[in-house]
Amino acid sequence: MDALQLKRQLITFTELLFREGFLDEQFHQLQQLQDEKNPNFVVEVVSLFFEDSERLLNELAKALDQQNVDYKKVDAHVHQLKGSSSSIGAQRVQRVCIVFRNYCNEKNVEGCLKCLQQLKHEYAIVKTKLEALFSLEQQILAAGG
Amino acid sequence: MSNQGVATDGTSSKAGEVKISEESKSLQGGKKLSVLIVDDDQLIQMMHVALVKASGVDAEILIAENGEVAVDLCRSGKSFDLILMDKHMPIMDGVRATRELRKMGVKSMIIGVTACSMDYEVKPFIEAGLNECYQKPLDPEMTKSILAKLSKGN
Repeated sequence: MDALQLKRQLITFTELLFREGFLDEQFHQLQQLQDEKNPNFVVEVVSLFFEDSERLLNELAKALDQQNVDYKKVDAHVHQLKGSSSSIGAQRVQRVCIVFRNYCNEKNVEGCLKCLQQLKHEYAIVKTKLEALFSLEQQILAAGG
Repeated sequence: MSNQGVATDGTSSKAGEVKISEESKSLQGGKKLSVLIVDDDQLIQMMHVALVKASGVDAEILIAENGEVAVDLCRSGKSFDLILMDKHMPIMDGVRATRELRKMGVKSMIIGVTACSMDYEVKPFIEAGLNECYQKPLDPEMTKSILAKLSKGN
């Protein structure tokens, strides 16, 4: 596939991600902050998001597995994940975090566990989509685009 | 004073690439803007550094990873035009840090930046002495607004 075809594919794919709510306007803002002095800015920020998310999801699983759940701790982790997901525009992840915090306030362990599963699911999907997006960008560069 | 957790991002000058308007440059009158970013989250630190740099303002940017580092910096004599303060941080949170800074007589513009959205969460933060509080994430428009207010203040 030549660079032009790949660029069209990238545009279509990106539009789909926005249309389906995986990404929101914040991701555009992120892309606008990338320039020739900071050419890998988006990949670097998103990589940090991946690291943070995986760590936080592990911490959440541990915290909810306790006999006496420390809801303040759970809420703190969800709050952090909400912050980082909103910073990169991972809209679906952010929305689950909002619901999750409500269950923390209610000390509803069933609700929290359900949200954790949803978070893992949404995170896995957005990670795959973003990796595919970056892979397309790399292919475009390699094709001379 | 502990210097742990302070990173200097160096200076930046982006002549010809002003994404925020010229009014942000006029506030400086040739003086470099001094900005302190206080946040324990590396992702947010990166974002805020990029936003300040993208504004086109000539700024010296320091990063403190919690409120205690920020307070120590000011106590050591460093002064800042602008402090971007996160709320939830280990060791010393943004509320305590802001209160402490104001008690010390720090006159910098302190802008709270928090993922919190509920009134009961934000109110104590504002009452600690913030000039203004924004919900994360900051974007170029918010940054423009902050710099415009800094300009009016000067």
